[in-house]
Amino acid sequence: MIAIIDYKAGNLTSVARALSHIGYECVVTSDPEKIEKSERIVFPGVGAAGSAMNSLKEMKIDKIILNAFSQGKPILGICLGTQVIMGYSEENDTDCVGIIPGEVKAFPERMESEDNRFLKIPHMGWNSIDIKTKHPVLTGLNRTDEFYFVHGYYPKPQNNDNIFASTEYGITFASVMGMKNLIATQFHPEKSGRPGLTILKNFCEWKPC
Amino acid sequence: MLSKRIIPCLDVREGRTTKGIKFKDNIDIGDPVEMAKIYYEAGADELVFYDITASHEKRNIMIDVVRKVAETIFIPFSVGGGIRTVEDMRDVLLAGAEKISVNSAAVKKPEIISEGASAFGTQCIVLGMDVKHVGKKEKIPSGYEIVINGGRTHMGIDALQWAVDAQKLGAGEICLNSIDADGTQDGYELNLTAMISENVDIPVIASGGAGKPEHLYDVLTKGKADAALIASMVHYGYYTMSAIKSYLDERKVKVRTTW
Repeated sequence: MIAIIDYKAGNLTSVARALSHIGYECVVTSDPEKIEKSERIVFPGVGAAGSAMNSLKEMKIDKIILNAFSQGKPILGICLGTQVIMGYSEENDTDCVGIIPGEVKAFPERMESEDNRFLKIPHMGWNSIDIKTKHPVLTGLNRTDEFYFVHGYYPKPQNNDNIFASTEYGITFASVMGMKNLIATQFHPEKSGRPGLTILKNFCEWKPC
Repeated sequence: MLSKRIIPCLDVREGRTTKGIKFKDNIDIGDPVEMAKIYYEAGADELVFYDITASHEKRNIMIDVVRKVAETIFIPFSVGGGIRTVEDMRDVLLAGAEKISVNSAAVKKPEIISEGASAFGTQCIVLGMDVKHVGKKEKIPSGYEIVINGGRTHMGIDALQWAVDAQKLGAGEICLNSIDADGTQDGYELNLTAMISENVDIPVIASGGAGKPEHLYDVLTKGKADAALIASMVHYGYYTMSAIKSYLDERKVKVRTTW
């Protein structure tokens, strides 16, 4: 069973629907017991870092995630879930869970595009990823595949080793990060069509060593 | 770099798709869930559903459609038509839509934009604007006026001003429909699209008038749109998604080419 963690940060049913579609059983839950019993964890989320961290702490899910990580359970972070596993977020000046060292920063204002227009923030829509590190979860993709992003802040890990793929939007940022049994995407695999479902399927099959 | 989005639009009445030509003489095309699946597999970047069901009692049919679509396709889609309250928005989002689009309800009651944005985030709120060219007047300095009821009711509101105000209220995106171009298949209203796009910081989806891939090229370059809505040109099988995307890709417009 896969636990999709519900910490009151957005509508999580789209992740559940995508996992069911590709044939994996999952449950959307905030119950510590169910999370502990699960084989793997999906940690999604949309919204602001401040309120997300508040409710994570209130529900004591930050500790549960840290525990699951140290036990070696496969964890997939998505979007805001990816950001709150970093050390700190500029959004609402928030101390985060701190699995991957580094911070989450706002996109610089007034970034220019190739046609000399200002890039719109949030970064919303389809963009490609440049895979830096071979990883079981990132297999079976075409070089030209694109993924669906919606975010105004981006993760900036301290160590380049944690960057598995990067994406260009005015700047180059980490769009897939990872560490041991954790992998985290800034984009939404559940909204990224076939390549997104491939990543979800790979994650469901992944056996971190 | 971000790709320009190509977005098929499905008009849905009482659970069936239609395509309105200038909002009159709607022809029945079929099952919205089936059509959503076809476009998803054909490489649509997003889908838009407009519920043109007349009565409020039949709204549940649409919620059911939204739920089935969400189980079938794994790209973002938005739903508009008949959304008047934050509760209406919640129903549609919980059923699985990524975004909701408000149009006449926001013209009548602009707070719906800020209420929706604070409840669900600005990225969820699309402002739909129906716009008609009326020439520059004292109350309409841009020459483009907001209309509702399929273009029958003029609101005395300047389109450019409304776009700027809606962004301040918390709209995350604008779907800009030219009533003059809608259903003509003669091309998008490029002046209007460029004017709005240059004056807001949120993405603009151009709507109304698409008949050929060339029209999309024009609106995504000269019109400065971030996305283009299409309907008849794909619904009636004149063009495929692949043909449209290849045309744009060959002309160096960044689009998603694999799916």
